[in-house]
Amino acid sequence: MLDHRLDSEYEDLRRTVAEFANDVVAPKIGDYYEHDEFPYEIVREMGRMGLFGLPFPEEYGGMGGDYFALCLALEELARVDSSVAITLEAGVSLGAMPVYRFGTEEQKREWLPRLCSGEMLGAFGLTEPEGGSDAGATRTTARLDEATGEWVINGTKCFITNSGTDITGLVTVTALTEPATRSSEVGGRASTRPAISSIIVPVGTPGFTVSKKYSKVGWNASDTRELSFTDCRVPAANLLGEPGRGYAQFLRILDEGRIAIAALATGLAQGCVDQSLSYASERHAFGRAIGANQAIQFKIADMEMRAHTSRLAWRDAASRLLHGEPFKKEAAIAKLHSSDAAVVNAREATQIHGGYGFMNEFPVARFWRDCKILEIGEGTSEVQRMLIARELGMTP
Amino acid sequence: MSLRIVVCVKYVPDATGDRRFADDTTTDRESVDGLLSELDEYGVEQALRIAEASGDAEVTVLTVGPDDAKDALRKALSMGADKAVHVNDDDIHGTDALGTSAILAKALEKTGYDLVVCGMASTDGTMGVLPALLAERLGVPQVTLLSEVSVENGTVRGRRDGDAATEELEAALPAVVSVTDQSGEARYPSFKGIMAAKKKPVQSYDLDDLGIEADEVGLAGAWTAVDAITARPPRQAGTIVKDEGEGGKQLAEFLAAQKFV
Ligand SMILES: Cc1cc2nc3c(=O)[nH]c(=O)nc-3n(C[C@H](O)[C@H](O)[C@H](O)COP(=O)(O)OP(=O)(O)OC[C@H]3O[C@@H](n4cnc5c(N)ncnc54)[C@H](O)[C@@H]3O)c2cc1C
Ligand SMILES: Cc1cc2nc3c(=O)[nH]c(=O)nc-3n(C[C@H](O)[C@H](O)[C@H](O)COP(=O)(O)OP(=O)(O)OC[C@H]3O[C@@H](n4cnc5c(N)ncnc54)[C@H](O)[C@@H]3O)c2cc1C
Repeated sequence: MLDHRLDSEYEDLRRTVAEFANDVVAPKIGDYYEHDEFPYEIVREMGRMGLFGLPFPEEYGGMGGDYFALCLALEELARVDSSVAITLEAGVSLGAMPVYRFGTEEQKREWLPRLCSGEMLGAFGLTEPEGGSDAGATRTTARLDEATGEWVINGTKCFITNSGTDITGLVTVTALTEPATRSSEVGGRASTRPAISSIIVPVGTPGFTVSKKYSKVGWNASDTRELSFTDCRVPAANLLGEPGRGYAQFLRILDEGRIAIAALATGLAQGCVDQSLSYASERHAFGRAIGANQAIQFKIADMEMRAHTSRLAWRDAASRLLHGEPFKKEAAIAKLHSSDAAVVNAREATQIHGGYGFMNEFPVARFWRDCKILEIGEGTSEVQRMLIARELGMTP
Repeated sequence: MSLRIVVCVKYVPDATGDRRFADDTTTDRESVDGLLSELDEYGVEQALRIAEASGDAEVTVLTVGPDDAKDALRKALSMGADKAVHVNDDDIHGTDALGTSAILAKALEKTGYDLVVCGMASTDGTMGVLPALLAERLGVPQVTLLSEVSVENGTVRGRRDGDAATEELEAALPAVVSVTDQSGEARYPSFKGIMAAKKKPVQSYDLDDLGIEADEVGLAGAWTAVDAITARPPRQAGTIVKDEGEGGKQLAEFLAAQKFV
């Protein structure tokens, strides 16, 4: 039988992160957000708690936990703030995970201990100015210079999380390593796919330029940059995994990442309930608390329903992942459902807060600004629907 | 021989919950969630820092409390303490500070200690007397209310920040110290710590194990008796001063009437 209770160690972790989010993140994050500043101090504390090492084995400096533990932490952080949650999500699931999943023993020993401790952040550069959803259309190239034994990388990546902080140590970039396309197996069906490889580019490599921060609608305390590579040379040994397997690799990373984003979205949806519940009991209109009106109660009941079903969806997908079962469809469902829940809940929570909800000093304003990206990043809602339909056997 | 540090920790009702008294005038510990007293987290933190600095120390956490007090022990273990001792017996119900100190002292003698670390006060009883009572019962020096503490060569040193002066204190081990909320933020347990805590030993004692008679403790043995309890009256609506030219004066009058100025 399915058990709805968390094992005690997961529950202890959830509670610890919730406490941290309320005591450390909540009082300070508004300031960072308002000034578009990366919250180094908070991230250092998260590192000290071991959050960046959650799903990795102890031998690489990890906490010996799993992806479920990571998702629990993400939900509790996002319940208070999404910028710190996405910093953790991208750092672990996009920054460190590819190294752990596809790296050689040497690469793991070199990078993981620092990534796990949170003293260094990793980023994953997939999206390009010309396209994100169609990741196979990557234009960035990496040519192997046989004479020097180096990859020579040229191209541009955009919207890359964690790529320009003072503590960013590496960016894993996807690049075309063969000019011609070749046939490979993708999602169980044969198709023609370009040979894309993933390559680790350490920060500070000549030819690797990090642009200034974007001016964003939300996630303002998270670091997002455009990156450019001009004859950027890295050792051949920086190839991550097999040459030409980059496409399959990042599909795996993105499948997992969707569960993490779903947990994050669930947190935002639940945070909207938290804020609305307390505001509705404090705010009075027409001689009584606004929460005494059934119209408000029903809104909050629906919000709670959305947060709850989102949580069930990500936990189901995560549990399949942990048991080594197929989870592609469930991960897409969780991401699609929870990001929708986050957007609707943020809209409703703002409505319940009236004019104050439109003021940046209220947490719901941050929720409102942070929710929309959840329907776009790590696969748009349209892409999730494409994946679900494909898993149902429907072909374009 | 390694330094034996014992931290006394209390399991208290969550201060954010709705706290009540039971019919026998004792604190109702059933109806609210409990947790490790926040002020005792500072004690655990200092003990762990002393142990880390020494390199050869063992940190034991000790509590007198009901079944659920094991949650407080588990929290301290997940922060990094090595083992736990839980004194639990139905006859302890209703014990006052004197009785609690007697139980803790017996447990400490049984466990063995070089340094006993307490919080500055519990967050529910808040008497802040236990460290002194304990030291007296054990016949060892007490150095209380420290905002800084360290151990070197069999001596515990610390700083007590008072209103009028700052005192630098020291005592030879074995000794009892208490630390304040200014001593340094307590760490959050890591997942590794949480997992490890599940495998750490928790020793349970009842009154028999400690050679304590039931009537020495509990409500029967308490030196203090609670005769009656009156719930604090609900908060009254505030006074709104409308400024129609006389606002400042009215405000001053209000503050004077409340003896604020
Ligand atoms: C704040 C932020 C952080 C990010 N962090 C990272 C990161 O760390 N690493 C990284 O690699 N990327 C990152 N991204 C990029 C993100 O993943 C992409 O923006 C996303 O995948 C969408 O790609 P796109 O912007 O190119 O949109 P496009 O692919 O151009 O899509 C535009 C619209 O067309 C729709 N569409 C496209 N194809 C179809 C179709 N076949 N059928 C129906 N509709 C379709 C899309 O759903 C979307 O609505 C980040 C983006 C943001 C905003
Ligand atoms: C009149 C009165 C009636 C009471 N009745 C009851 C009752 O019916 N039931 C009941 O449970 N309590 C009762 N108490 C509370 C109980 O007696 C005290 O909580 C306890 O004796 C310790 O006192 P304190 O909490 O003020 O601790 P403090 O002296 O404020 O605590 C200082 C430090 O001592 C240590 N410490 C305190 N308590 C413990 C403990 N149990 N285990 C390990 N370390 C500890 C901690 O390090 C703590 O930081 C009563 C208290 C009073 C004043």
